[in-house]
Amino acid sequence: MSDKFISIEAIAKRYPGAGGATTTVFENLWLSMARGEFACVIGHSGCGKTTVLNILAGLDAPSEGAVIVDGQAISGTSLDRAVIFQSHALLPWRTVLGNVAYAVSSKWRSWDRAKVKAHAQSFIDLVGLTGSEHKRPSELSGGMKQRVGIARALSITPKMMLMDEPFSALDALTRGTLQDEVRRICLETGQTAFMITHDVDEAIYLADKIFLMTNGPGAVLAEVVQNPLPRDRGRTDLHRHPLYYALRNHIIDFLVTRSKTFTAETPDHDPRNVPVVHIGKPGLTIASNGEEQRQTWIPGPSPGLTA
Amino acid sequence: MTSSLRLRAGLVSIALLAAFLGVWHLATRSTGTAATMSPEYAKLMGLTATQGKSAMPGPLDVGAKLWEHLKRPFYDNGPNDKGLGIQLAYSIARVGTGYLLAVLVAIPLGFLIGMSPLLSKALDPFIQVLKPISPLAWMPLALYTIKDSSISAIFVIFICSIWPMLLNTVFGVASVRKEWINVARTLEVGTVRRAFTVILPAAAPTILTGMRISIGIAWLVIVAAEMLVGGTGIGYFVWNEWNNLSITNVIIAILLIGIVGMLLDQILARFTRMVTFPE
Repeated sequence: MSDKFISIEAIAKRYPGAGGATTTVFENLWLSMARGEFACVIGHSGCGKTTVLNILAGLDAPSEGAVIVDGQAISGTSLDRAVIFQSHALLPWRTVLGNVAYAVSSKWRSWDRAKVKAHAQSFIDLVGLTGSEHKRPSELSGGMKQRVGIARALSITPKMMLMDEPFSALDALTRGTLQDEVRRICLETGQTAFMITHDVDEAIYLADKIFLMTNGPGAVLAEVVQNPLPRDRGRTDLHRHPLYYALRNHIIDFLVTRSKTFTAETPDHDPRNVPVVHIGKPGLTIASNGEEQRQTWIPGPSPGLTA
Repeated sequence: MTSSLRLRAGLVSIALLAAFLGVWHLATRSTGTAATMSPEYAKLMGLTATQGKSAMPGPLDVGAKLWEHLKRPFYDNGPNDKGLGIQLAYSIARVGTGYLLAVLVAIPLGFLIGMSPLLSKALDPFIQVLKPISPLAWMPLALYTIKDSSISAIFVIFICSIWPMLLNTVFGVASVRKEWINVARTLEVGTVRRAFTVILPAAAPTILTGMRISIGIAWLVIVAAEMLVGGTGIGYFVWNEWNNLSITNVIIAILLIGIVGMLLDQILARFTRMVTFPE
């Protein structure tokens, strides 16, 4: 399909276990994203979320299957796919500017020092760190470090951004601000983003699509939940949207109970054709190239229940 | 607060030094006439017998002799009578040469071993066997093959200072944080550039620690090596003055060996601070 910017096709990851046995983290995993889409993956620890992200980044290779980005199978890492690490992973012996400039000069090898510096500076300004460019990472707060991580990822103007729980180590207030920034930047630049998170509200606020994964080992992608909230959603009135709680409850129900029972309860689950769940808005189906895709409808709250 | 602590520590240091010198002086001073004898015989017997003076020189003797040496550090009156400055310069030159050769071998080799798990495993048994060998045990082999005592001493310094540097470089390179390597990988940084821009700065504090351990060991070993090979150097000076029964000169040499060792360590400590980064 041509509208798939990213297509993960039948990948599996196995590790050799004790006594010659192999542990399968996941297998036959299919997943696709359109250009400019923001996707979040939610699942419990150990379901292989980070492995999927590392495979997308090229840091890890799948045991089977392939990943196709922009019509080409990937092999290894690429400057087209920037990673924002959970632990920010800044080089502590470089300044803020040095860290961003390292990425810039890696992408554009022929640029002179002044050009690299100016380009790096513009991305430091973008994430609101103007004035801190000559500080070392050790002098920055957790939120500022992650801002540098974001500036570094954006500065190479990647085709997509991969984020592995980027805000999980931050306090709630900083996390909120950075979510706003990431959302603004991704919308402005039309960035395709793939984010792993444990935070249901983060996923609802940021994502267009939410991938729900069951518990590992042997994890499967259970559902793709289409976010019904409007694209210009705001953090403050998010919870007033009539479908917000239906969506939130659906995800939490999945995490609390269905992530454990899904595999047993759904023996006919087709990993290649994962059901797309639309919350409370029948009639708006996502066309999937003529194939009949299974659609599930979760009713929104009845008008009488909406406050 | 800190300055007051430093001041107080300094005062205590000075007090301890004064107490040590005082006890030393009291223990070695003359106790007056110990035995009466004819002046001719007394001249023959020396102050130890006639005035009860200890055979061990006191701090004043050592101080006077040290001042004599410091006034003329670089005189050269033939093979057995050279200034202390010349002797120390010979030792430092040997240590410097052997040590620099070891740096040139240990750091690149350590990089290779640290970056390659295969080499690391393959070379490990050799390193484990070679590391605990006393550097002086190599001396006969070195003398036999090199046939030059001075170069043999340099070889001994080389072989003793290579191990801490090699092992620390291997450890530092192999334990660079995975996330920093991953940053370089996602930025498509090539192996050589990655080695210089990520691995070297990340491993530098560990490498410098190894170099600091090595210079300490090299300075320990040079004294023993020069006692064996003879000719020149502070180690030879100690042994020569022992043969001259000049305990004063031996004590002065011990003091200078300590001071030079401290300076070498401080230089490396300063380099270590320069490459250390706060996390």
